[in-house]
Amino acid sequence: MGEPMIRLEDVVKRFSNSRTLAVDHLSLEIQEGETAVLVGPSGCGKTTTMKMINRLEEPTSGKIFVDGSDVMSQDPVQLRRGIGYVIQTIGLMPHRTIAQNIATVPQLLGWEDSRIKDRVAELVEMFELRDELLTRYPGELSGGQRQRVGVARALAADPPVMLMDEPFGAVDPIVRARLQDQFLDIQDRLKKTIVFVTHDIDEAIKMADRIAILNVGGTLEQYDTPKEILRKPANGFVEEFIGSERGLKRLALIKVNEIRVEEGPVVSPEDTVQRALTVMEEFGTSWASVVDGGELLGWVDAGTMHGMTTAGEATPQRFSAYVTAENSLREALDSLITSETQVAAVVWEGQRYRGILNLDQISREILG
Amino acid sequence: MMLAQDTREPFFRPEWVSRNADRIVEQLIEHAYLTSIAVGVGSLIAIPVGVYAYRHRRAYVPVTWLAGFLYTIPSLALFAFLTTYTGLTTLTAEIGLVSYTLLILIRNVVAGLEGVPRDTREAARAMGYTPRQLLWRVELPLAFPVIMAGIRVATVTIIGLVTVTSLIGKGGLGKFILQGIQRFFSTPIVVGAVLSVLLAILADVLLLGLQRALTPWARSRPRPEGAR
Repeated sequence: MGEPMIRLEDVVKRFSNSRTLAVDHLSLEIQEGETAVLVGPSGCGKTTTMKMINRLEEPTSGKIFVDGSDVMSQDPVQLRRGIGYVIQTIGLMPHRTIAQNIATVPQLLGWEDSRIKDRVAELVEMFELRDELLTRYPGELSGGQRQRVGVARALAADPPVMLMDEPFGAVDPIVRARLQDQFLDIQDRLKKTIVFVTHDIDEAIKMADRIAILNVGGTLEQYDTPKEILRKPANGFVEEFIGSERGLKRLALIKVNEIRVEEGPVVSPEDTVQRALTVMEEFGTSWASVVDGGELLGWVDAGTMHGMTTAGEATPQRFSAYVTAENSLREALDSLITSETQVAAVVWEGQRYRGILNLDQISREILG
Repeated sequence: MMLAQDTREPFFRPEWVSRNADRIVEQLIEHAYLTSIAVGVGSLIAIPVGVYAYRHRRAYVPVTWLAGFLYTIPSLALFAFLTTYTGLTTLTAEIGLVSYTLLILIRNVVAGLEGVPRDTREAARAMGYTPRQLLWRVELPLAFPVIMAGIRVATVTIIGLVTVTSLIGKGGLGKFILQGIQRFFSTPIVVGAVLSVLLAILADVLLLGLQRALTPWARSRPRPEGAR
């Protein structure tokens, strides 16, 4: 990896009216295009840390670099215009229309009107806002619409870095999940470097490339990928903060195609019954998948093949569970435990056969 | 009062009004003019002072104390005192009138700025507004309805107070009231008082209309969200 987009070096923040530290000797590197989520209980300095990046707060000591240059050596106004910013309460300008709100930073940067108009139209489409909202005022919008306008506004001047403080915090869980998914989609294309603050570990797991878990007093407990944090919490605090269902949360992050799927007992329709029975014996099963030229037809039972010559003569039965390579292991687990056979066929592109998945493999992943 | 002494004199003589129509219109305009200058100059003083008092909290108490002190001086005494320096002039009238607007206006400027949502201010700062842009493009526009409410109260107050300046030879419609008192003649008193009240109501309605026209956003309410 090259130079990180954001680098915090031994940053300390002490507020003048407080005896304790808000941020305690924090060092953190965030790579370009990554989403780093700062998460922790209230009083852990996560918002303060975020605000020091665009100088809404200034560090007591230590250094912060954005794209290689020290933020303290830059004009704060220019610095802020180059960094997107979203807060929980959004802070739209009540006296400006939605179009004007979205155009805020481009206007401050002195873009030409036609360019601003094009950009606003682009963002409206990206965030699936309706055109007629553009001439309304923020007071006329629903909470979910306002949140989307807030994020669109932050992206207006296409800044490489975004700071987001609980950006989806003020809406109900259903709308929140929808906004999170939409934003993940957009981020997938835009590849911004994002610092995302939340107190919700599940949101952190969902949104993050890396999670920084902070403790009260602004100390960093662990900084790693969600999978690694779930697999191996650094200490008791992190373990407790992650909460229950650690194994399940980790399974939700792993896709079926990321693990080694066993091929299992496979026969082709042309195989003789003798050959089929040998395959089953090798795997210690009384059944086998029937695959014809890569296409899964179903499975056959050893008991139904008496008196036949080829495996193809028996009618293949459907598996009671199918998972695709794109499913998460958590989804696969759910299919397995609700199926009769506790074996799921793994398929891709329709019915192309990849292998079989059972509970043993999944529990090995949990323990891994 | 002495007004009822002459029982043959009617309370209101319409023919006086038609005979003096020119003068009445002239003084009505004079009245509106004196009021506009007072509220205009008062606003020009109160807005910067209010912004300063808002930004420097320690200045707020002495500023409102001084404006409050000016407000409590009996108007009659103030005009009498001022004539020893500036004579029987419009300047004298305006100094007095302006000083009565300051308390109301400064208080509303500060209250309006205090009412600007914290998150809007923070978001503006975070997006790279300079302090000056923040004041002109965010804080003052958002404080405008409250400032305007102060201007309306000040205007109505000053329209009433302008009549008192008739004692130093100004007064707009107040001149008729003074004339009526001096001559035990009730018609000009009625004309002066009624027109003064009507002028106050008209000014208030016009200013409210102006405020509404300039702040379309302040009436906005959430509309139900359709399917996405």
